[in-house]
Amino acid sequence: MGLGSDMYRQQILDHYKNPRNYGEMEDPDITHVGENPSCGDTIRMDIRLADDGETIEAVAFTGDGCAISMAAASMLSERLAGMTIEELQELDTDDVTEMLGVDISPMRVKCAVLGRQVAQDGVKIERGEIDVDRTKTED
Amino acid sequence: MELQEGYAFDVESVRADFPILNRRVGGDVTTPGEGPEDDTPLVYLDNAATTHTPDPVVDAIADYYRGYNANVHRGIHQLSQEASVAYEEAHDRVAEFIGAEGREEIVFTKNTTEAENLVAQAWGLRELGPEDSVVLTEMEHHSSLVTWQQVGKRTGADVRYITVQEDGTLDMDHAAECIDDSTAMVSAVHVSNALGTINPVRELADLAHDHDAYLFVDGAQSVPTRPVDVAELGADFLAFSAHKMCGPTGIGALYGREELLDAMEPFLYGGDMIRRVTYEETTWEDLPWKFEAGTPSIAQGIAFAAAVDYVDDVGMEHIRTHEDLLAAYAHDRLSEFDDVTVYGPPGDRRGGLVSFNVDGVHAHDLSSILNDHGVAVRAGDHCTQPLHDKLGVPATARASFYIYNTVEEVDALVEAIDEARQLFA
Repeated sequence: MGLGSDMYRQQILDHYKNPRNYGEMEDPDITHVGENPSCGDTIRMDIRLADDGETIEAVAFTGDGCAISMAAASMLSERLAGMTIEELQELDTDDVTEMLGVDISPMRVKCAVLGRQVAQDGVKIERGEIDVDRTKTED
Repeated sequence: MELQEGYAFDVESVRADFPILNRRVGGDVTTPGEGPEDDTPLVYLDNAATTHTPDPVVDAIADYYRGYNANVHRGIHQLSQEASVAYEEAHDRVAEFIGAEGREEIVFTKNTTEAENLVAQAWGLRELGPEDSVVLTEMEHHSSLVTWQQVGKRTGADVRYITVQEDGTLDMDHAAECIDDSTAMVSAVHVSNALGTINPVRELADLAHDHDAYLFVDGAQSVPTRPVDVAELGADFLAFSAHKMCGPTGIGALYGREELLDAMEPFLYGGDMIRRVTYEETTWEDLPWKFEAGTPSIAQGIAFAAAVDYVDDVGMEHIRTHEDLLAAYAHDRLSEFDDVTVYGPPGDRRGGLVSFNVDGVHAHDLSSILNDHGVAVRAGDHCTQPLHDKLGVPATARASFYIYNTVEEVDALVEAIDEARQLFA
């Protein structure tokens, strides 16, 4: 069986069917939206920071899309709590696939990393480092 | 289900001409070709995107490169003459296939998209103005939709869209409203690559001609799958691609009525398309060469004719029957599931493809799971984003059939879909 056969392990299906931290946050410190037009995957990430302005206190997300993008965003929302925004910036694609615990076929990597990219871009926009309306991770 | 009844070709002997159908899949995708980890038989149901290439067509390409590779039209030497004759005669063969008068009416292009752009640029940008309208359907492929939309922006011409109804067919009353005396061009897809709808092209031609407008037919999905005759359709222009009918990529055709092509200015300038050049002026070569600037896709053009020979030998009526039976069977089997939505019209107004969604399963997840079973389908918007917006779904999965597909392959598709349903239930 191919790479994809492992892509839909129980953990991913569980997060897809029962997403964690799903919803919009009131008064988030950071909020940003991403969309991959060809998939139709849309994710909004809301982040609240602790008083130190560095530590991520809570994350919420909403969105619509495939199981890979939604499960990755759900897992990320759990993972990010307690991390600093610097540590968030350092998360790369390998970290995301490790978190998912499965091999992601090359065509689907864009789905897996959308939530992470939205969170990272949200921080950068808040800091005035970049100016993007909507993040996308597909070509 | 027995497919052979009512028509005469043997699917198994057709399959023998396509070695790729014996491939196994499932391994590493970063290395092209079958590898040791590939262990799942391929079920290829992505024919609306591209079809496979039978041995006689591969041979036509190899024969050219091995036996008479040369540039066309400007060599006196023998190889160039052989290549020129074969390349020019390929135009005759394609012309005959769709009922055109001759090679003057067949321009080889890169693909259907380039054919659309050729007419949009060579005719649309020159002839259209704010007083004109161009009428499309809501189910146009981006190749037509984006092209005419942009021509509209540049010329001021009004771009109108004929409504697609709930059942996936065109609202012909609305068509009669859209097409009026301001209309200069009607551009319509013959068989929808997203819905499978077979559009009433002849009626659109009559409406267009009643108002002195031209009809451009996107034949990308129709010419490969059924008999198409430009005179019967009433098409002023027709575009199609070789790679969707057993030919190679990189070659397609624009049919245009000779008097229309003759009146049009060139689309690309350069070698091969000129007759006489001075520092000040240039006169154009005869049709169709006026529109084929630069060294053309010679091997592909010759192989295009070989592909036409191949599908003609199988028989276009037989191909249509085969496709209809497979699509109807797939439609019936998928309709057994309450949570599967099948898009497009009922059987008798549908070509050989089925687009669908499973409730709660994104089309890309579905496509990934089908891929695990060796089943190749397309998932996405199929280059019809506005239509998908209208359907209210970001993506659909699409199974599309061709001459080598079997009932057993449709069963494999349905089994894999059933597994996806259970996985996500």
